[in-house]
Amino acid sequence: MAATEAMKARRFEEIVLPHLNMAYNLARWLSRSDQDAQDIVQEAYLRAYKFFDGCHGEDARAWLLAIVRNTTYTWLQQNREHVKNTPFDEEVHGLDSEGSATLINQADNNPEAILARNDDKRQINQSLEQLPLEFREILVLRELENLSYKEIAIVAGIPIGTVMSRLARGRKMLLEYLARINEGVK
Amino acid sequence: MDCKEILALLPAYVDQELGVSESIEVDNHVLGCLSCQNELASQNALRGALKKHATYFKAPNHLENHIRAALPLDNAHSGRSGKPALKWLGPFNWFSFGTAITSVVALTLSVSFYLAIPSPNDLLAEDVVSNHVRSLMVNHIADVTSSDHHTVKPWFNGKLDFSPTVSDLTAQGFPLVGGRLDYLDHRSVAALVYRHRQHLINVYIWPVANKQNIAVKTLSSQGYQLLHWAEGGMVYWVVSDLNPRELLFLALILQAQGSQGSS
Repeated sequence: MAATEAMKARRFEEIVLPHLNMAYNLARWLSRSDQDAQDIVQEAYLRAYKFFDGCHGEDARAWLLAIVRNTTYTWLQQNREHVKNTPFDEEVHGLDSEGSATLINQADNNPEAILARNDDKRQINQSLEQLPLEFREILVLRELENLSYKEIAIVAGIPIGTVMSRLARGRKMLLEYLARINEGVK
Repeated sequence: MDCKEILALLPAYVDQELGVSESIEVDNHVLGCLSCQNELASQNALRGALKKHATYFKAPNHLENHIRAALPLDNAHSGRSGKPALKWLGPFNWFSFGTAITSVVALTLSVSFYLAIPSPNDLLAEDVVSNHVRSLMVNHIADVTSSDHHTVKPWFNGKLDFSPTVSDLTAQGFPLVGGRLDYLDHRSVAALVYRHRQHLINVYIWPVANKQNIAVKTLSSQGYQLLHWAEGGMVYWVVSDLNPRELLFLALILQAQGSQGSS
């Protein structure tokens, strides 16, 4: 019994532990807090170990990230009751395609110019942090964790078509935020 | 393809998630279209900026140590002697009592999530929709492209362990586009593709052991309409962005054709 347990632990150490940075990065971007991210990742690993049957080889990465993601959502609900995770609201975020087009297409405001001026860690990070959770997670999984659409679909539990549309939407919103920051800077 | 269709494909294009033929279509279009060129450039610029500037948070060292310390590793491996194998119950120091309670609550919640998982049909419906979207996205709508059911039906011979009913429904306003092999519900299935105006419709057919007939059920998911029924030992799933009324019409025609046993 103890030997089997130890074998399981060793497999877990070999297969799941190497993905610790990915797990932490995802939890950190979703929770936007160092301390929360540490607690979430510890809890996610505890959960992962419990459900680990040693069979997760190639898909261990997506499997672990799915657990981290779900743990984060549970965590945010329980520990931040006061920060109600408001559902995405068209009105508030006001990103009708025309509105963003007019802002972005102003003479000196084309996206590349905006990004050139935004050549700055702080502004990129700040914009990404502002994105609503369901868009932020998809962008982080794609651009920072380099997951394929199929893996993202597994982690976020949504169809590939939704991955595509959220990426498109998220990128558009991000450009919009960057444009706004620039407006403020000018 | 027009600009609207190209713009819808651009995110997958910059992520290199498009099939070869669709990538080439985007290439060709973008060469001659300034506005799509600008959109492509801005998406690429954004991707570059994110990769370059967005912070990748690395886990602090002590985090790995905490997790490793909590693993019930054997003595030889971990170099710690005389400690109990199951350290979860040992004097682990990375969970205060409070967080332990939280994790118990979380585990209980996750168990109740398992209990609340959708019915097999709901899951299958999700699969059918994903499959449909994928077939449109990667430009792999048909393995055999023909409007002649005498071409499409024999094509399945030897590829499947059953023979699906293939009908040409041009007269009823649903010309046959072709067929392909696909995979659903843990088995190979026949996918027949019909067109109605600009809408493509996937019809999935496979046999079931249970010969029970099931009346047509309508579902919708992600903005797609789904129909599902079973008849004569075959399961049918129909999915499209077509409106429910016209899709139901197709289902009735298919049922009529099936019961006639026409090929």
